[in-house]
Amino acid sequence: MVHQTVEIGYGGSERLTMNMGPQHPSAHGVFRAILTLEGETVVGVDAVIGYLHRCHEKLGETLTYVQYPSIASKTDYVAAMTAELAYVSAVELVGKIDVPKRAQWLRVLAAELQRVASHCLWLGTWCMDMGGALGGGATVFLYAIREREDILDLFESLTGARLLYGFHQPGGTRYDLPAGWTEQCRKTLDRVEQRLGEYEAMLEDNAFFLVRTQGVGVISRELAQEIGVSGPLLRGSGVNHDLRTAAPYSSYEAFEFRVPVETAGDCYARYRVRMVEFRESIKIARQALDGLPEGPISSRPGVKSVGQVRVPKGEGYARVEGARGEVGCYLVADGGAKPYRLKWRGASFSNLSVLPHILPGVKVADVVAIMGSVDPVFGEVDR
Amino acid sequence: MTAADAAARLREQFAVEPTVDGSLVSAAVAPEQWQPVARFARSTLGCLYFSFLTAVDWKEQGMEILCRVENLDARLAVMLRTRLAAGVDRCSTLTGIWRGADWMERECWDMFGVRFDGHPDHRRILLGEDWEGHPLRKDYAVDTPHAPYR
Repeated sequence: MVHQTVEIGYGGSERLTMNMGPQHPSAHGVFRAILTLEGETVVGVDAVIGYLHRCHEKLGETLTYVQYPSIASKTDYVAAMTAELAYVSAVELVGKIDVPKRAQWLRVLAAELQRVASHCLWLGTWCMDMGGALGGGATVFLYAIREREDILDLFESLTGARLLYGFHQPGGTRYDLPAGWTEQCRKTLDRVEQRLGEYEAMLEDNAFFLVRTQGVGVISRELAQEIGVSGPLLRGSGVNHDLRTAAPYSSYEAFEFRVPVETAGDCYARYRVRMVEFRESIKIARQALDGLPEGPISSRPGVKSVGQVRVPKGEGYARVEGARGEVGCYLVADGGAKPYRLKWRGASFSNLSVLPHILPGVKVADVVAIMGSVDPVFGEVDR
Repeated sequence: MTAADAAARLREQFAVEPTVDGSLVSAAVAPEQWQPVARFARSTLGCLYFSFLTAVDWKEQGMEILCRVENLDARLAVMLRTRLAAGVDRCSTLTGIWRGADWMERECWDMFGVRFDGHPDHRRILLGEDWEGHPLRKDYAVDTPHAPYR
């Protein structure tokens, strides 16, 4: 190993390599960025990922269709509900398994609550990343985490778990709503909705927040599409694409909601998209509670033996709109009880891969704000 | 541009037999057509959106490379696929057509050992550079103990 001493002159034009991560607090997991700097300006980025790699795709090949959904939740552990949903949707698509209406609506309800919980965590951690500039960034973090806790309480009484749920299974959901859950859910939704305005006031009236986010980390419409970013990043860059409306699944066509689109493509645009999504998700969750159809929650009887679901030979790609964008599973089945091949298209993986294209030219301090605005979850990047 | 139009254009241009399923067009092409058909999908079919690229190991029937791209305005999805002959592990890169192919092809090399000719940054992405083998290949020895990765 050759040690090299770099002397920075007053001109500040010498290049310096700075290592950021993998245990950097703003990395939201384990992510290493090797930045090449000229003074305070980033001129090159080498993104190093894979620290959380568990080879989910191989795991998928070795576990049966019934066993894997609870493992699927560990890809994106911040939005486990949507990760599970992507996998079971792929199994149902290839296996031509029906899902009863009630289960579809329960899935929508779970997915939207999950989106709110996930956005709460994003908002909190992102504001903490920007820290002191917001007059004590931990303020927003603690508030947002408080709301997320309320939703995790709901999930706990629904599934018995707070983070990794095992709620979905091929053919429906595993649990129905317990007694009193609906009332508790409505109260929580009201509370979160009312507090959203407080966050917006806290942030949007803060000149420092605006300076740190407006015009920072711009992703152009062309770049966004070419990289394949999805979710709030894509909609923040002016592309009106949301799978819930573009390719409705799980009865989303029965719900009324608006898809927010911003054209600026900067951190602030992504923030605005997510803030509107909070409200729209609450709206969808209320509709799901109001109109929840009666009936069975699964088209298959309770599963006793793990090999019971067999999927005929075939392949298919099922995708859902997760909190971070398009979460998809490409499944190849060979007629057995396990997939022949499972490909995870993680929204965070594609979203994160935009960083090397947008970081050159920004200041070091903005790297943190931009990374937070991308909202990567490294379980889903590394899979 | 509907899926049927796209299929007709592909048929005319590349002498392939695309299948249409709803808004999805699926076309299997020869490996040497991989880049031309991708360029065609982008420029003529308007598939600006890069969804994913991956591979399926069909053992003695060779490695299949899949790439899904979309035209978001027309709500059209195109799944391009090519089958490498058994024992062949080289494919041409799509990085010059969609920049999103960069990480996906690196992942494909990492997991399947497929080399993408012309890729500007051909390194492993999820595993370390000193990892032996490519785990998603069907012949990868899963049960053989590997030295713990540092």
